[in-house]
Amino acid sequence: MLHINCPFCGLRAQKEFAYGGDATVKRPELNKEVSKEEWDNFVYMRKSPRGKHIELWHHISGCRQWFKVQRDTATHEIFKTAKMSEEIV
Amino acid sequence: MRQSHRLNDIGLINRDKVITFNFNGKSYQGYEGDTLASALLANGVHLVGRSFKYHRPRGFIGAGVDEPNAKLQVTINGHSEPNINATEIELVDGLSATSQNCWPSVEFDIGAINNFLKRFFPAGFYYKTFMWPKSFWYKVYEPFIRKAAGLGVASLEKDKERYEHKFEYCDLLVTGSGPSGLASAYAAAKNGAKVILAEDKPRYGGTLLTDDVSIDNMSGKDWSEKIVSELKKMPNVTLKNRSQVFGYYDHNMMVMFERVGDHLTNKSKYTPRQRLWYIRAKETILSTGSIERPIVFGNNDTPGVVLSSAAKEYMKVYGVLVGRKPIIFTNNDSAYETAFEFKKNNVEPIILDTREEHDSEVVQEAKNKGIQIKFSYGVIVANGYKKVKSAKIGKLTKDKKSFESTETINCDCICVSGFWTPTVHLASQSGNKLKFDEKIDAFIPDKSKQNEKTVGAANGSFTLQETIESGFKTGSELSSKITDRNNENKIPTVTETKHNVHDKFWCMPLPKNENPKRFVDFQNDVAVSDIEIALREGYRSIEHVKRYTTLGMATDQGRTSNLNGLQMVSNIENKIVPEVGHTTFRPPFTPITIGTIVGREVGMEFMPTRKTPMHDWHEKNNAVFVDAGAWKRPRYYKQGNETLLEASKREAKNVRENVGICDVTTLGKIDIKGPDAAEFLNRVYTNAWLKLPVGKARYGVMLREDGMIMDDGTTTRISENHYHMTTTTAQAANVLSHLEYYLQIVWPELNVNVVSTTEQWAGAAIAGPKSRDMLSKLFPDLDVSNEALPFMGYIESNLFGVPARIFRISFSGELAYEVNVESNYGLFMWEKMMEIGQEFNNQPYGTEALSTLRIEMGHVAGPELDGRTIPQDVSLDGLVSKKKDFIGKNSLGKEAFILENRQKIVGLVPTDRKSSIPEGSHLVENEKAKLPNPKLGHVSSSCWSVENNNPFSLAIVNDGKNMIGKKLFAVSPLKNTSIEVEIISSHYVDPEGKRVRS
Repeated sequence: MLHINCPFCGLRAQKEFAYGGDATVKRPELNKEVSKEEWDNFVYMRKSPRGKHIELWHHISGCRQWFKVQRDTATHEIFKTAKMSEEIV
Repeated sequence: MRQSHRLNDIGLINRDKVITFNFNGKSYQGYEGDTLASALLANGVHLVGRSFKYHRPRGFIGAGVDEPNAKLQVTINGHSEPNINATEIELVDGLSATSQNCWPSVEFDIGAINNFLKRFFPAGFYYKTFMWPKSFWYKVYEPFIRKAAGLGVASLEKDKERYEHKFEYCDLLVTGSGPSGLASAYAAAKNGAKVILAEDKPRYGGTLLTDDVSIDNMSGKDWSEKIVSELKKMPNVTLKNRSQVFGYYDHNMMVMFERVGDHLTNKSKYTPRQRLWYIRAKETILSTGSIERPIVFGNNDTPGVVLSSAAKEYMKVYGVLVGRKPIIFTNNDSAYETAFEFKKNNVEPIILDTREEHDSEVVQEAKNKGIQIKFSYGVIVANGYKKVKSAKIGKLTKDKKSFESTETINCDCICVSGFWTPTVHLASQSGNKLKFDEKIDAFIPDKSKQNEKTVGAANGSFTLQETIESGFKTGSELSSKITDRNNENKIPTVTETKHNVHDKFWCMPLPKNENPKRFVDFQNDVAVSDIEIALREGYRSIEHVKRYTTLGMATDQGRTSNLNGLQMVSNIENKIVPEVGHTTFRPPFTPITIGTIVGREVGMEFMPTRKTPMHDWHEKNNAVFVDAGAWKRPRYYKQGNETLLEASKREAKNVRENVGICDVTTLGKIDIKGPDAAEFLNRVYTNAWLKLPVGKARYGVMLREDGMIMDDGTTTRISENHYHMTTTTAQAANVLSHLEYYLQIVWPELNVNVVSTTEQWAGAAIAGPKSRDMLSKLFPDLDVSNEALPFMGYIESNLFGVPARIFRISFSGELAYEVNVESNYGLFMWEKMMEIGQEFNNQPYGTEALSTLRIEMGHVAGPELDGRTIPQDVSLDGLVSKKKDFIGKNSLGKEAFILENRQKIVGLVPTDRKSSIPEGSHLVENEKAKLPNPKLGHVSSSCWSVENNNPFSLAIVNDGKNMIGKKLFAVSPLKNTSIEVEIISSHYVDPEGKRVRS
């Protein structure tokens, strides 16, 4: 079970959280012309990297905030967690 | 009764307490502090089981977790469990054990015929034999394999025992209380660290209890007792015996299994039998020690062949002799100590040492004690069927591939030692890639991956000096990182015998024309010949060899056999062991009970039960409940001997004719506030929301980004910047997460707050033509006319002094209202409604009637919104705005979504107007067509239409409305039905929707 540092609540057990997928995906803006390809990429296409991955987690049994986690998909090592307003570089 | 093999003045057992137990129907006696194994051996019992494949007689090999054979069916307090390791279970009064995998008895086992047919049961036998003919599989092969598989018998009774889970955090977890574990725990504790020290066995001390050493002029045992008693006094230390850390998981989380009550005779009601600990440690010290491995020789599985370390442990800890005429068969010095121990207890051992004649401290000592040593000798084959009677031994040639001479000597046990294998399971599970240590012929941990360090024998240090020093040093280093204290430790002085190098020898050759089985893996009956076959047949990867031969599988996980197996493969393949690699070390290290994994999460504690405030009333009024997620909802209120169908028809009919009330508390409710709330809803729902006036509700559908319907429900504008959203019961949690996702991640600029209020409001629907009359009696001062409170209107009022929200919304298709009050007043509201509703023939209705009402109206719900339908598919196109953008809109233009003949919702009636159509039935054109019969659609919801008094269903079918008038067959292979159906409109009752507006 992972140990995740919620930027609002601190270190908590994984069972308090829900996984939310790739955090780098940007939704196309509303009311703008979007090409079919751009839209399909947004809805369906995800990378499945081995190694560092910036992803979303939701503290559903805690503060209910979504936030970013940089995790190694092979080793589960967590390098950083950040609020949505913060960047992970 | 005399215990024939019990020694008089040695051992750590309590001779004041005699324990009577039963084995295979015979009564025996042992002492408190015995294991079942030591007590049986004290009575001279070696034969305890039959082997898995060949049903060969088997006895004890080890004295702890290393035991592969002695798995017994054990009954304590009427609770029977299979596959209990006799070397690990403590003896308690009334314990009763039986052998497994034998019939009619362990002494005479019919299955042993396999042993004589063994040349027909080589590795891969099952794979090769049960391939053909195909028709034999179900009737012949499978029942045969099922009967042969497994060992013991699982109890069919409910487990009455209590199991618990515990979550713990600490600075340092030490796994194992041998010399290195004690030293590191002590050093860390002195630095003020919060320490947990776990010991698998009942007694702390590990090898200190059996090795002939002295520390600070104390015996190993006395020193360990001193350290343990000091640790017990320290408030920052938790000592846990009978506790095995069996798995190492991510982020330094360890799982430990504690046997809390198994050894207690009178345990209190709330003492659990076993407890599972989840321990998150900042640092971990793995001091798991090592396990002796055997040398492979002919018939090395005969009862009486034991590991030399086990023989010593039986003497020193339990005061039990495994035999009176022992052969010590070794390739190293450590087994000499077993010989010394025999000698001390007036038994004459003979040592067979595979090494050439040499001199060392232990050899000198043996000679001084007058013990006979035969150098370059080994056991070729053990003779005797149910017990070792003699051994054919041989003098090895220089290359150790054949013999200079052979002879047979009498013996009653063979104590074998093939050197030591570090227990690296936890290190490997932590992600540590192991490395092969040539010096000890075994794998040891390499670089740490998590916050773990391995010390002592587990790390390949086989001298006490080194072990204790590294323990103190590592414990001190790791703890001072956390506590920032650095207590000076005085490292104790150690006296021990120096050991010479061991012989890299692991398998005895066979003389010409002799072919006894030489077992590598006892538990799975894998012999040297099986591994040879696997390699001959082309299996190269050690993982494949493992699966083909079953080497190192099952509960034993190859604790004694893995390295010998690897050596064998590397010899045949001419590779070095590290190139062959090793198989995965999987948790748990030893078997744990399912009960412990489950813990308290059984029965009512399996998951939370959500009850509405009206639950007790429902219960008192014969409600039959149905699970809706964690909620309990009344399915119907049973009157007399009514069936489900009869009751739901009655309830639904009463709604159509009079009025009914339904508990709708479970619907998801989300409070939405903020200046941008309207804009937010406008983006979330497919229809327009900007112009909804205050005091009005609107039905909305929300999509996922891929265009599929996520959920539907009504949302009401309570005030300018305040909305009340309802969701379906099932999707409540998902919708909230969905809204939070868009507010926090996609559109953080929107000034909106959302919060769940599902449990804050109790809700009741009042539905039926008489509902307005009933409402006016509930709210006598309120104008509830169609003009004052029109369809989709909203009013706040109070119900006999209780603030209430009144929504004019309908799921049943009738004139209907929903009233919400604060949860605490839910029951009050309900009882008032029942009381006042009497004059209107009000009846409560459950979810079954609720479904009936919505299905015949053609209202969609979960079965239609199954994640595969877009609004067009379920006749909700009218709700999709063409002007504005919303979540999922861009997907709706996809080619597949605008196909003319796409699957869409329709209604179905059976042509005989009688046969109920099972939900999930497939719709086909020709019921008798050859398989695969093309599927044109499926039945999503079925009911008995109370309005038309015949069955009616909703279905999703190719080409939707264009199919109306056609006849198809609804076939359900599960229910074995095929019903001719006619396709009609999905709106079966009141298609114009006049009633809801009346």
